[in-house]
Amino acid sequence: MSKTLFDKIWDAHVVKDLGNDEVLLYIDRHLVHEVTSPQAFEGLRLAGRPVRCPERTFATMDHNVPTDENRMNITDPIAKAQVDALTENAATTGVTLFPLGDDRQGVIHIIGPEQGIVLPGMTVVCGDSHTATHGAFGSIAFGIGTSEVEHVLATQTLRQKKPKNYKVEFTGTLQPGVTAKDMVLKLISIIGTAGGTGCAFEFCGEAIRVLSMEGRLTICNMAIEAGARAGLVAPDQITFDYVASGNRVYAPKGEELEKAIENWKQFYTDEGASFDHELTIDVTTLAPQVTWGTSPGMGVDVTGEVPALDAVPEYSPADVRAALDYMGLEPGMKMTDIQIETVFIGSCTNGRLEDLREAAEYIKGKKVANGVRMLVVPGSEAVRYAAEKERLDRIFVEAGAEWRYAGCSMCLAMNADKLRDKERCASTSNRNFEGRQGKGGRTHLVSPKMAAAAAVHGHFVDIREEL
Amino acid sequence: MKKFETFTGVVAGVDRANIDTDALIPKEHLKSIKRTGFGAALFSDWRYNDDESDNPEFVLNKPETKGAEILVARNNFGCGSSREHAVWAVVQYGFKAVIAPREGDVPAFADIFRNNCGKNGLLTIELSAAQVDEIFQTLEKEPGVKATVDLEAQTVTLHAAGGDDEYAFEIAPDLKKKLLEGLDDIALTLQYEADITAYEAAHS
Repeated sequence: MSKTLFDKIWDAHVVKDLGNDEVLLYIDRHLVHEVTSPQAFEGLRLAGRPVRCPERTFATMDHNVPTDENRMNITDPIAKAQVDALTENAATTGVTLFPLGDDRQGVIHIIGPEQGIVLPGMTVVCGDSHTATHGAFGSIAFGIGTSEVEHVLATQTLRQKKPKNYKVEFTGTLQPGVTAKDMVLKLISIIGTAGGTGCAFEFCGEAIRVLSMEGRLTICNMAIEAGARAGLVAPDQITFDYVASGNRVYAPKGEELEKAIENWKQFYTDEGASFDHELTIDVTTLAPQVTWGTSPGMGVDVTGEVPALDAVPEYSPADVRAALDYMGLEPGMKMTDIQIETVFIGSCTNGRLEDLREAAEYIKGKKVANGVRMLVVPGSEAVRYAAEKERLDRIFVEAGAEWRYAGCSMCLAMNADKLRDKERCASTSNRNFEGRQGKGGRTHLVSPKMAAAAAVHGHFVDIREEL
Repeated sequence: MKKFETFTGVVAGVDRANIDTDALIPKEHLKSIKRTGFGAALFSDWRYNDDESDNPEFVLNKPETKGAEILVARNNFGCGSSREHAVWAVVQYGFKAVIAPREGDVPAFADIFRNNCGKNGLLTIELSAAQVDEIFQTLEKEPGVKATVDLEAQTVTLHAAGGDDEYAFEIAPDLKKKLLEGLDDIALTLQYEADITAYEAAHS
C-alpha cells in the first residue's frame, strides 16, 4: 500500500495499538529546556520514577538566559531558579546538558540539528511548540506539554492519535530577495492559524527541493503557526550533505553514516499515496511578506497595504479592528510607510548562520537608521563562533547593531530583551501575538533580509528593489 | 488527577477568537519551577491595569462573574505555545470547563492546548457556532448566569431566566473515561513496559 512520508515514520514507531485510534508511539529524541521541564522532573521525583532513557534526552538553557556580556550572572531570581533546577535535574538523571557557557549551548531547535542529535526518520519531541522545526530532516517532530514531558521521561513513549496528512506543494522559483520565511508567512496568511489543526504538513515541490536545510528548518518551524503540530520535508542529498558536514557530534560517521543514508532513502511519500488535504502555492510571483496584525496569519505583501476590516478572509472585522488598535495602524496605510524603532534578528525561526549571512550581506557598509535599535542574537554559540570567524559580528557592529550571545531573547522576551509599550519591531521571529515581545510591544514578522533593510531605512522596504 | 464530577457554576464569556497562550498566561508569569500559583496570572494583560490594579472592564473582575467556573470563548482557543502553564492558569483560577465553537474548518481548540487540558482534568466542550452565539446572547442579558456540566450525560445546561437551555456535546470515549476516573497516563502506560522494552530490543 502507498504510504506518505509521515505514515512511514509513524508506523515504524508504534509500540502498541491502544484502541480508540490511540497508539503508544516510541520517541527517539527528547529535547528539554529550563521553562517547561522543572515540573516534569518534580513529578517523576514525587512518584519515585527514573528517567527511562537519559541517553535519548538532551537539555539546554535557552528561553530565559541573558544574551549580554553578563549572561553568566543571572540576576532574575526566578530565571536563575529554573536554570539551577535544570542543572540539578540533568546531573541527577544523567541527561546530557549543554549548560550556559558551554560552546554547544543555544536555542534548543538550533542545536538539535547542529549537533547531529536529530536525524531523518526519527520521532522528536520537546516541551515547546516550535519542535516542528526538526521535521525539516524528514522526521516526526512536535511540541508537547509538561505532563507529556514527564510521560516521555518516564516511558520514552507518548499516547498519540495519528494526525491527518496535509500536503503543501510549493511550485516555481523564488525571486532574488524572497526567502523561505516569506513562503511560510504566505502559507499562514492563506490558511490561517488554525488551517492545519489536527494535521501534519508535508512540504514538497521544486521550491522546497532547492532550499538549503536552513530554509527548510525555517518553514517547518512555523508549521505550528498554521495550527499543525508537525511539518516534514522528505530527506534528500541536501539533507544527507548537511548531516555529513560540520562537527555533528551525535551523527553517525564514515561507514555507519553511509549505511544510515541508505536507510534514510526510504523516507519519502510513495507515488499514489493519498493526503487528507492538499494545497499548491506558486512562489514565482511571491513578494516579501510583512505581518500587520497580532496573529501570524495577518500578513501581506510588502508592496501592499494594511487591509480593510472586512478584507481578511480568516479573521472577523472585530478581530481585525482589535489587532489594528493594538498595533496602532489603520486600514489603507502602505506597509512601506510603517516606521520601526527596533529590529530583532535571531530565534529558532531565523537564528542560523545562513540567516545572519543574509542580513550581514545586505547591511555591510551601511548604517542602522537614526533612532533604530538593532539586536542580532545568534541561535547558538556554535552559530556565534562561526559568524565571528567570518567576521559577521564586525559587519553588524560597524553598522550600529548590538551583537549578542545565544538564546531565545526577544522572540519571547523572557529575559531582559524586551520591547517597551507601543515600541514597534521588525522581527525575524515566529509570533506577533499581543505582548509577545514585551507588554504592549508591536511585532511585525519578516525575513532576515527584510529586517536588515528595515533597520537601515527606519521603515519597511521591498528588498527586491535594494538588490 | 482529580475525578471530574458534575457541577454547577457561573459562566464567564470572553468574546474573542484565537485567544492565544500568551494571552492566557503572559510569559513573565512562566518563571516558576512549581506546578501551582498560576491562577492569579490568567489573562493578566487584560485583567489588570498597568499599576497592577484590577481592570474593572474585564469579565473576571465584574462582581457577577468573578470566580466563574465555566469559560466561554470563540474558536481556535489556546493557539500558540505548548506551555502547559496556560492550562494550569485556567484550572488554578477555578475553571473546570471551557466552551468554544467549531466554525466550518476552524476547530474550537488548538491541538496541543486541548491535549494538555485532558491531562489536567479541564473539560473542553466543543459546540456549534450557533449554540455559542446563543450562550453569548444569554450572558449579555444575564451576567452571572450559571450552568451545570454533566460529563457522564455529556450535557451543558444553561440555567437562563427564561428556562434551561441544554446542549449536548461529543467527547472521545477514552478521554471521558480518563476524566471521570481521574486516571494517570503514566501509570496506564507503564502497564505496557514489556512492550516498550521489546520495541527497544528490536530497534537497537
